[in-house]
Amino acid sequence: MPERDHLTVTVQRGGPGAPMRPQTFEVPAYDNQTVLDVVSWIQQNADPTLTYRFACRVGMCGSCAMMVNGVPRWTCRTHVSKVLDGNAIEVGPLRNLPVIKDLAADMDPFFDKWVSAEGMHHPTRTRDDAIEPIDPVTMERQEANAGIECINCSVCYSACDTVAGNPDYLGPAALQRAWTLYNDAKDANKDAILDAVSGKGGCHSCHSMGSCTTYCPNELDPLSAILGLKRATAKRFFGGRK
Amino acid sequence: MKVARAHPLWLAYLLHRLSGLGLALFLPLHFWVLSYALNDAAKLDAFLTLTEMPLVKAAEFGLVFLLAVHLFGGLRLIALEWLPWSAPQKTWAAAAVAGSFLVSTTFLLQAI
Repeated sequence: MPERDHLTVTVQRGGPGAPMRPQTFEVPAYDNQTVLDVVSWIQQNADPTLTYRFACRVGMCGSCAMMVNGVPRWTCRTHVSKVLDGNAIEVGPLRNLPVIKDLAADMDPFFDKWVSAEGMHHPTRTRDDAIEPIDPVTMERQEANAGIECINCSVCYSACDTVAGNPDYLGPAALQRAWTLYNDAKDANKDAILDAVSGKGGCHSCHSMGSCTTYCPNELDPLSAILGLKRATAKRFFGGRK
Repeated sequence: MKVARAHPLWLAYLLHRLSGLGLALFLPLHFWVLSYALNDAAKLDAFLTLTEMPLVKAAEFGLVFLLAVHLFGGLRLIALEWLPWSAPQKTWAAAAVAGSFLVSTTFLLQAI
């Protein structure tokens, strides 16, 4: 049995045209309960106008990230007992993104920067060529593998104070994607990637605060990826080879 | 909503930034006082008697602390950015540097 019958849940409500305001709900407490369960209970039992976003509920789709007691988290895999502050939880929309309504943040800037960071495939071969064999033990492949489990949840983007202070900054997820492709033997245009990440708002804007790596729910390391890009762009600037 | 940030890397960032700002504020004053060595040695000597005051001694401690924090914070950043080591490698490197300082500083304290 849980120690208490109810949780006190404060939800940030509002959006464009309606300033954000906190609204408090009493939600039944259960032994096994995620933050997403709590938000869903409110929407299904207390206030059907509460807006939030989720899809897979198993930590794969990256839809349900929200601020929970000041920390960006994937709410479907965040157990209430791990984040309770006394008997209370405060839930809000992801930081550093526009709010559509209540807990649903507008992810457009996040994905636009993914493209701006040249986070797209530049093929080395056509569909008519044989598939290129890839050696899984090379250093480059291991660097690329380290970042490919990103689920685009925007937790790192929301955790980053450099993003908060510099709207042009590409952010940890987009830069990690660029680093992954830079290390991919099947990517044909590494210079385009370095060009995209070395300009204004690129990897050199990072202050190495490390909140991205600290809060990544998949335990990825965007900070190290950004540091890798800093090294690669600096080496290219000084005329060195990779 | 109050944002939670207090993890070690963020605190290291904050310490480096604040110590840098503190040093940036101190250095113009420092050079201004030093300029008296060229222009007005008597005034410099009069000013330097202030360093006997306990408050100034405490401030000097603060200054050396800022310098030390900023020096090691800077070395940390250089290592972080230029040495793509794994976490255990970094731990061993930090332990090696700390051990070296312990041995050499103990030697120095014995010598003086």
